[in-house]
Amino acid sequence: MNPSHEARATSTVSFAVNGELRNVRVHPMERLLDVLRNELGLTGAKEGCGEGECGSCSVLMDGLLVNSCLVPVAQADGSNVVTIEGIAARSLLHPLQQAFLESGGAQCGICTPGMILAAVHLLEKKPQPTPAEIREGLAGNLCRCTGYTQIFEAVAKAVQPRVAR
Amino acid sequence: MRADPTDYKLVSPGSLQGVLSLLSAEPKRWLPIAGGTDVMVLYSAGKLPNRNLVNLWNVPELRQLEVFPDRIRIGATCTYSSLRNHAIVSREFPLLATAASWTGGIANQNRGTLGGNIANASPAADSLPALLVYDAELTLVSLRGERRVPYREFHTGYKKTVLAPDELIRDISLPRRFSGYVTYTRKVGARNAQAISKVCLAALGRIANGVIQDVHLALGSVAPIPLRLTETEQLLIAKKIHSSLFGTVRRTLIQEIRPIDDIRSTARYRTAVAGNLVVEFLGKLTAESARS
Ligand SMILES: Cc1cc2nc3c(=O)[nH]c(=O)nc-3n(C[C@H](O)[C@H](O)[C@H](O)COP(=O)(O)OP(=O)(O)OC[C@H]3O[C@@H](n4cnc5c(N)ncnc54)[C@H](O)[C@@H]3O)c2cc1C
Repeated sequence: MNPSHEARATSTVSFAVNGELRNVRVHPMERLLDVLRNELGLTGAKEGCGEGECGSCSVLMDGLLVNSCLVPVAQADGSNVVTIEGIAARSLLHPLQQAFLESGGAQCGICTPGMILAAVHLLEKKPQPTPAEIREGLAGNLCRCTGYTQIFEAVAKAVQPRVAR
Repeated sequence: MRADPTDYKLVSPGSLQGVLSLLSAEPKRWLPIAGGTDVMVLYSAGKLPNRNLVNLWNVPELRQLEVFPDRIRIGATCTYSSLRNHAIVSREFPLLATAASWTGGIANQNRGTLGGNIANASPAADSLPALLVYDAELTLVSLRGERRVPYREFHTGYKKTVLAPDELIRDISLPRRFSGYVTYTRKVGARNAQAISKVCLAALGRIANGVIQDVHLALGSVAPIPLRLTETEQLLIAKKIHSSLFGTVRRTLIQEIRPIDDIRSTARYRTAVAGNLVVEFLGKLTAESARS
């Protein structure tokens, strides 16, 4: 057995979190969600189901939406992670955050960080989504308060109007 | 009970050679983890029996999707998102692109891999019927060498496969010869996103002068393994599609499938729906062939 392959009890994981380089000594099988919340104090990502069904732990990893409860932190090594804490520009809310506020897209707030990151991811890939694409983009994020209508409205509202030519 | 990470080990050799060396040295000890969307669910629930995991996510050799004139070769850790977003996959292999779009929400599609779906070997997995009808071929690799296995020979029983403990799935090849075919796929489940199928059909076919020249049918969730319906296909070859044929089609199909009652559905419902889906496909095959 090659000892360099044997993991020690802990190892160092280096990744960028909200633009800042972080080195954390953790066990490689810690879930990214727990490292964000417990080691880095970023409690925006929530644990709902813990099995990838509800989306409340969604974060962006290298620009892609992932459920952080299903990512062993070693797989985030070298990546660029963005959480809900990282999307506002200082005190200026992200347009999606503003739209969620204005449309009543957030109630109890548990799903909101994941919903907003799923919406950020959607608009990144599809700047002008159809209503069906908005629904599909958020289909992995469950909300038990709003009935979704206000959430879909918030996303539609945040879509940049197409520049007239 | 939540798992305690310190009971586990996760190593990241970072190269195919490195992973294969581990598997070869201690074959039954190491469980590969790709996107983790099956493995981590068990782990989180404290139900993952394997304590030693080896990371495939950062192995570049498994990530490539290569296009050749006669086939495409999909690296085992290509994700559902990468498949859906690939121009040739969505144009020439729509059944696979559609199945990818069903596999959980977007976050799941960004992590879940085709190789993981195959190795996990659930009879309800959504991309497997598509691989069956496209005549997929797998490359399995170990330090002993490589071997190619037709995908239809990969599953040998419920959650049993021909994969040896020191082997990985390296890639999945699909021949590029189905572009002129009429295709059909439908997943019947409680909900479209995030619901496991009760029945899933993938089908493709070609008609000339009103007569079926070629037809491939595969069903998920109706047997211990994803099932290619060879006898029903045989019955259909060289036939004209007419409603008088549908009774025989249903009877032949019933002989081939082995559905069960479980929490998601009943054997009776699955049998009826499987027949309905094949009949619906034959309707589409007739309609689209008449149009072209
Ligand atoms: C919320 C949610 C919804 C889901 N919905 C669906 C759905 O609708 N339809 C569906 O079919 N599935 C669904 N799944 C299951 C899962 O996403 C798929 O089976 C996925 O393809 C697994 O891939 P992975 O890379 O995440 O696998 P992992 O969890 O990393 O691995 C799964 C198994 O495959 C083995 N393995 C992985 N790669 C290889 C390889 N290259 N060689 C050998 N062995 C390998 C692992 O050792 C493990 O045994 C869902 C999962 C979740 C969490």
